[in-house]
Amino acid sequence: MTTPILTVEDLRIAFGPVTALQGLSFELEPGRALGLVGESGSGKSAAALSLLGLHRGTRAEVGGRILLRPRSAEADAIDVNAADDVTLRSIRGRELAMIFQEPLTSLDPYHRVGDQIAAVHRLHFASSHEEARKKASAALAQVGIDADAKYRAYPHEFSGGMRQRALIAMALVLEPRVLVADEPTTALDVTVQAQILKLLGRLREEIGLSLILISHDLAVVGGNVDDVLVLKNGAEVERGPVREVLAQPQHTYTKDLLAAIPRLDAELPVRPAVSSDVLLKVSDLNVVFPGRRGATETRAVDGVSLELFQGESLGVVGESGSGKSTLGRSIVRLQKPTSGRIEFAGRDLNAWRGKALREHRRDLQLIFQDPASSLNPRRGIGDSIAEPLIVHGEKDRATLRAAVDELLERVGLDRSLYHRYPHQLSGGQRQRAAIARALILRPKLVVCDEPVSALDVTTQAQVVKLLRELREEFELTLIFIAHDLAVVRQVSDRIAVMNQGRVVELLPAAQLHEAQDPYTRTLLEAVPELPVV
Amino acid sequence: MTAFLLRRLLSAVAVLLIVAAVVYALFYLMPGDPASLACGKRCNAAELAQVRQTMGLDRPVYAQFWTFISSIFVGHGYDNGVGTVWCSAPCLGYSFQSDLPVTQLLTQALPVDVSLVSGAAVLWLSLGVGLGLFAALRPNGLRDKVTTFVGLTFGSIPIFILALLLLLIFCVWFQILPFPTFVPITQNAGQWFENMLLPWFAIALTFAGNYLRLTRAGVLESLGQDHIRTLRAYGYTERRVVTRHAVRGALPTLATMAALDIGGVLAGAVFTESMFGFPGLGKLMVDSASNIDLPVITGVTLLASFLIIVANTAADLLYAVLDPRVRIQ
Repeated sequence: MTTPILTVEDLRIAFGPVTALQGLSFELEPGRALGLVGESGSGKSAAALSLLGLHRGTRAEVGGRILLRPRSAEADAIDVNAADDVTLRSIRGRELAMIFQEPLTSLDPYHRVGDQIAAVHRLHFASSHEEARKKASAALAQVGIDADAKYRAYPHEFSGGMRQRALIAMALVLEPRVLVADEPTTALDVTVQAQILKLLGRLREEIGLSLILISHDLAVVGGNVDDVLVLKNGAEVERGPVREVLAQPQHTYTKDLLAAIPRLDAELPVRPAVSSDVLLKVSDLNVVFPGRRGATETRAVDGVSLELFQGESLGVVGESGSGKSTLGRSIVRLQKPTSGRIEFAGRDLNAWRGKALREHRRDLQLIFQDPASSLNPRRGIGDSIAEPLIVHGEKDRATLRAAVDELLERVGLDRSLYHRYPHQLSGGQRQRAAIARALILRPKLVVCDEPVSALDVTTQAQVVKLLRELREEFELTLIFIAHDLAVVRQVSDRIAVMNQGRVVELLPAAQLHEAQDPYTRTLLEAVPELPVV
Repeated sequence: MTAFLLRRLLSAVAVLLIVAAVVYALFYLMPGDPASLACGKRCNAAELAQVRQTMGLDRPVYAQFWTFISSIFVGHGYDNGVGTVWCSAPCLGYSFQSDLPVTQLLTQALPVDVSLVSGAAVLWLSLGVGLGLFAALRPNGLRDKVTTFVGLTFGSIPIFILALLLLLIFCVWFQILPFPTFVPITQNAGQWFENMLLPWFAIALTFAGNYLRLTRAGVLESLGQDHIRTLRAYGYTERRVVTRHAVRGALPTLATMAALDIGGVLAGAVFTESMFGFPGLGKLMVDSASNIDLPVITGVTLLASFLIIVANTAADLLYAVLDPRVRIQ
């Protein structure tokens, strides 16, 4: 047994009266990978930040010891929690490097990517500009970014996956011993997630990096760590070698986490009979965004045709930029198509104007990805849910209140939440409220645009189940847009796979494993799989 | 970029035309007769008609307006009663009251405001941004509270009170500075500087408070952002995080505001000029308005509008330079 690099003893974190973490202990040996798993609120991110002493200067009180073994064998271990600011800064990045959940915003928007990485090198090694530049280029190359072409790019010119790679390069340039990755792939598409996880695995092999991988998703952690530690409400519920924990979970919470993972081999639920009446017919739809300053135009949706039957649920799957959201927005007439025709219940959608259009909007509703920003933060959720009814002419307060109460209950929210503001609710509760708002007008067609992507797996499973139930009860026709095939499969009768604005494959959910298109196969392979146990 | 500037130039011409027309229309509709004012109290009908004709007021208003516009490009001859004065292009009319072409009045007044704004802007920017950073380094601490309070205090004193206070302290009590009179920089740079000091501070102290608040708020907002957390996680000192990175988030707003404020002062600092008796555009504006000197009013208004348009364009360009995500189109 080797001496651990990092020894955490009885780590406790409290934000005022709220306890985030109550006594976490673990050891990390060189080259090993530890997974910290739990839902939001389990204290896993607070724990990650404390490893680098990032709670310093905030309201958080951190107790316990975080012992880091220095590089030279003779020196004493450093307690991150007790170290002075200068020591702490010399450890940050150099010994323990961290990458974050929000790759889109974690790079400085005002500086070139390469320069940001070089600056970190200069800070720790007092290196010359030229040397730092070389190191930064090498680090970029290491994470698969063409340093010659991209060194001088700004973060906004990078995709989410590229930005996370750049952040990993920033970590690598200092040759740290431990990488703390806090939900590094949660904000990314499954395909990009697969690439980033593969990259982390490769770096562990190549440079013997120790890894602490934090996620709400056991499937993400499962294939990429040696040991796993499950957290719930700030306390450890289970730990052990990953294979043992996955094969024989002891605690019910771990079992719940495992059960919540959307799996491609899960049995499909019984579908309600689909009628043969066509509710929606899209023919040769094109949406083109004009190019700016001589740049080429973007064909977001490129000649899409499809039919949707009354009561059917169609899954639309693809990566960011595949045009799936633009398609969804065109169908509810939030986006004007460049050409093509959309027929709803036999009538041309584009022919509606003014009052007729407003009337028809009742039938078409949209649920957004991020309920935190799609609900008005300055209104109680009850009022937000009631608003569509008010817009459509309902004035009687008692009727409104009764309708909202009924729907709140139906989506699994307590009536007492009527006056709560969105920030006072959890992510899952907010999305339930958003669903209630979409359903209050009793629409015929609901377009769900990535409705569960921002949620933990456990919450995801609950919301998916709710959508399935509501679909039957309200006789809804659904369009379910997501980047994860395993998620889409749970709610769809048929699945349309989109790539670069086109539908490359359209097939029944039950026959997904028979997919022919190479792009569909890529998506299938990107779904994180638990290691075979 | 070229297309952007060209479009801006075209819209500037349109705006200036409208401004000129509005000023003309306003004074045409207003009661009061510039001719009888110019003629004086003891003026009989024949003399008045004579004055009216020399001033060109006997012609219909659109014809007067047309003369005004065309003389910008080709110049115009004015009969001032003694002989004909040729006002060469770009001619903005002739002030019969001061017996000078308007352009000459403007070119005399503008250096005053350029002098005022050049020093004042340097002062208010360094004071405002510097103190804002100072305050943001320890938010809600004593130094933050004191600097914010002082900034707010100066910002809320009307500039004519502040100017009086400065005059009282430095010229009357301690007598370390002369009573300011405007000395052109070309005449004596040292005296220019000495005389400008008080007006500079008067303007800068009133403006600095705003910049302090903007800087502080912008820095504190940036400090909560994800990319700042990344810097901290890589061992940057808090001072460097604030002064090199967090301040970047506040810069675009600061630069926009600075460009607009500089444009505003250039276009006439009425209070400062009159408190210190400086013959700038603001004073020219007030004087011409009380004398109903229509050509001067039009000229000053046009120049002020032009300066403000330039300031706005500069603000937009600066914003794009300072934020790589913004592209001019």
